[in-house]
Amino acid sequence: MSTVSMTVNGMAVSADVEDRTLLVDYIREHLRLTGTHVGCDTSQCGTCVVHVDGKAVKSCTMLAAAAEGAEVTTIEGVANGDLHPMQRAFNDNHGLQCGFCTPGMIMSGIDMVNRYKAEGRELDEAAIRHELEGNLCRCTGYHNIVKSIAQAASEM
Amino acid sequence: MSEGIGAPVKRKEDRRFITGKGKYTDDVRMENQAYAAFVRSPHAHAEIKGIEASAAEGMSGVIAVLTGAQLTGDGIGNLICGWAISSKDGSPMNMGAWSALATEKVRYVGDAVAVVIAESKDEAQAAAEAVEVSYSELPVAASIAAALADGAPEVHENAPGNVIYDWELGDGDATEAALAGAAHVTEMDITNNRLAPNAMEPRSAVATYDDAEDHYTLYSTSQNPHVARLVLSAFYQVAPEHKLRVIAPDVGGGFGSKIYIYPEEIVCLWASMKTRRSVKWTAERTESFLTDAHGRDHVTKARIGFDADGRIVGFKVSTKANFGAYMSLFSSAVPTYLYATLLSGTYDIPAIHCEVLACYTNTVPVDAYRGAGRPEASFVVERLMETAAREMGKDPAELRRVNFVKEFPYQTQVIMNYDSGDFEGNMNQAMEAADWAGFAARKAEAANRGKLRGIGMACYIEACGIAPSAAVGSLGAGVGLWESAEVRVNPVGTIEVLTGSHSHGQGHETTFAQVVAERFGVPLDSIQIVHGDTDKVQFGMGTYGSRSGPVGISAIVKACDKVEVKVRKIAAHLLECDPDELVMEDSQVKVPGTNKALGWHEVGLAAYTAHNLPADMEPGLKEGAFYDPENFTFPMGCFVAEVEIDPGTGKTDVVKFVASDDFGVIINPMIVEGQVHGGIAQGVGQALLEEMVYDESGQPVSGSYMDYTMPRAEDVPSFVVEHHNTRCATNPLGIKGCGEAGAIGSPPAVINAITDAIGNNDISMPATSAKVWAAIQASGTGMAAE
Repeated sequence: MSTVSMTVNGMAVSADVEDRTLLVDYIREHLRLTGTHVGCDTSQCGTCVVHVDGKAVKSCTMLAAAAEGAEVTTIEGVANGDLHPMQRAFNDNHGLQCGFCTPGMIMSGIDMVNRYKAEGRELDEAAIRHELEGNLCRCTGYHNIVKSIAQAASEM
Repeated sequence: MSEGIGAPVKRKEDRRFITGKGKYTDDVRMENQAYAAFVRSPHAHAEIKGIEASAAEGMSGVIAVLTGAQLTGDGIGNLICGWAISSKDGSPMNMGAWSALATEKVRYVGDAVAVVIAESKDEAQAAAEAVEVSYSELPVAASIAAALADGAPEVHENAPGNVIYDWELGDGDATEAALAGAAHVTEMDITNNRLAPNAMEPRSAVATYDDAEDHYTLYSTSQNPHVARLVLSAFYQVAPEHKLRVIAPDVGGGFGSKIYIYPEEIVCLWASMKTRRSVKWTAERTESFLTDAHGRDHVTKARIGFDADGRIVGFKVSTKANFGAYMSLFSSAVPTYLYATLLSGTYDIPAIHCEVLACYTNTVPVDAYRGAGRPEASFVVERLMETAAREMGKDPAELRRVNFVKEFPYQTQVIMNYDSGDFEGNMNQAMEAADWAGFAARKAEAANRGKLRGIGMACYIEACGIAPSAAVGSLGAGVGLWESAEVRVNPVGTIEVLTGSHSHGQGHETTFAQVVAERFGVPLDSIQIVHGDTDKVQFGMGTYGSRSGPVGISAIVKACDKVEVKVRKIAAHLLECDPDELVMEDSQVKVPGTNKALGWHEVGLAAYTAHNLPADMEPGLKEGAFYDPENFTFPMGCFVAEVEIDPGTGKTDVVKFVASDDFGVIINPMIVEGQVHGGIAQGVGQALLEEMVYDESGQPVSGSYMDYTMPRAEDVPSFVVEHHNTRCATNPLGIKGCGEAGAIGSPPAVINAITDAIGNNDISMPATSAKVWAAIQASGTGMAAE
């Protein structure tokens, strides 16, 4: 057991967790923020993506203890106001069906737009598809996810 | 009306999903919740010699270790297949016993033997690993070939030679005679690769037993909560229906795999009674690969004959189907009434005969997966048509054109009666959108870059909304295949629609509301769709087989019909007019051209205050309906795939994919196109990437996302989705259904394109880079491109 403190969605949180507790389990089971999902056991699916200190991280690949002192943002915390442009773009473009991969897609999408903008690179369709390598969706065939991220990229 | 039928309305349900507020089964947490972890067989076939649980029972947090002996001792029944199929000789299918926890034998890797209930998930898993099961290994039959070989090990004692049934459909003598007289016969051996469904949300169950009421509640990742309750009650004897509530909250994809009631749900319910604790289980992805029902896995030999003009004269298909170790809930119907009945394709075929041999193997059970039998049929028909055209030196489009069914209704030789369609219209639309005519130039341009380019098409047809109930009952179905709906107009005029369909991504909360909004002329936001809870919804058969549109919506329409009659009577009484004069629009019920009008809410209020209703009218404004379809519906279409292959590596890129579908009347084109996109990606995945592989000892070797190749964003192109719709003639709104089409038509289109590119027709799915490269080497086309 260790005491772990971090900021999640702007709120300071602290808890005693087992050393083996994954960040995703801490978020889901301790904080009860269940928008972050678990879809696999090999860090392939990307349904658990959150932002740690501003970067997209698969929260199943990180121990909660490793997030000591970090700023963590989950899907519940991305909107500054009503909806984040990425969230709205997924609604506008039918970028989701069952919704299970969606939080991870949105978190990855925001991260990729931010990175490309910071680097001054163009986020075209090929780049979006390449950047989605770590996020699986079984419903949409990716078509409308790509459109959603492209729309948000033009608005962010 | 902008929100009504035909409008691409944004989805009402999206908000909770994009903000992380969706509520899936694993998000449910009950008071006093414990966790289940299953002890699973590491062997594909073995006798259970003993289970030693004392060490596990003494471990931290362990509440109970439960075994199959206790389960059967408590009277929990075996899992069953709900569709009876008889063999050619009239003998019934050989269904082997399937206990939710194995007692004497295990028959596949992952077969559950015992369950640990503990305070935490980690403690349950640690204790499950400490349960010592002694096995005596038995010989294994892990494939169709191994199971049907002489002297093969028997998976079930009551299925000699591992044969479940040896079934046939059609006229064997007429077909053989037609083939004997044919000018040309094309013969092929075709394998349809085994797939893992892979809904992104793993299966999960949370069961609670209330001993004061002797009542159970199950949260479950189910496509059909009422069917789950029915089966859990009537067959598995967990609890009678009135003492069991099944709730399927948000469900993260299904694709068929969440139709069935699996051992885990049964065990969680039973364990909640045994331990007086809420019991939660959520599959890890590896468990999903091990235990979710797989799809496809057919081996087929087919012959199709043509006369000198290229008209089909006869079609003979012999298929062997792998059912895995046990008969899953609808498994028997998949390679029979959902497969052989579609073998006429989009063509006028005067003689068809299909034989299907279903067998057990030491693998996880196989059942319906998106398309369920129809992708297998489409693949056989469209690979043969393409190959025949090439063999006869005919244009593949023209060969199809000559043979299309052109007049409706059309009675096939394999039960189905097609009600509508314009098959040539869809093919023309797809070819135009794909610029088929310009392909030669693109092929030449690709060759300049050292790439092999190919084009292929598939004209699929499928059958949705399995029905009518009396007909499927006569064919062996254990259930009726109607749907139910209730439409409740509240005193303030808002509307709740309770439906037995259940969305696991299909957007019912939007599409169904659009139908009702248009019908009554009220805003979409005033309508709430209620589904997924047996305590709320009157009854239902659930969502699978693309039935929610043609069957589920039809039930809602029928309930709306009854509501409308009452609305008209009430309004006519209050406005002193004839009921038939009234129209419903802009949230009013009014007589056009007059000032006689009531607000929609005023009619609702009048119905519930009941102060001034027509004589003998009951108060209230809610009506229910059961809709039993008069026929299947037949979505069809033409898909064109264009591929580019690197001859040096065999890597295949799908560079263009065009779909032209006939779905009948479309409610929300945005949602329908999304269904097509997802289906195509799954079909491209089957064609190029996906295969569930077992080795000879029955060990799954593609049991994780490190091994099973899921299609990723870079593996598929953006799709061109078009429609050329003809109204379905057999349901009230003319809807055909759209959920499975993409997965049905795309595998043959992709493989036809690859074989066109490489000039070698001998390739099986998945057409991996290695296979394509080898086929290129065998045909020598790689050198030609270079």
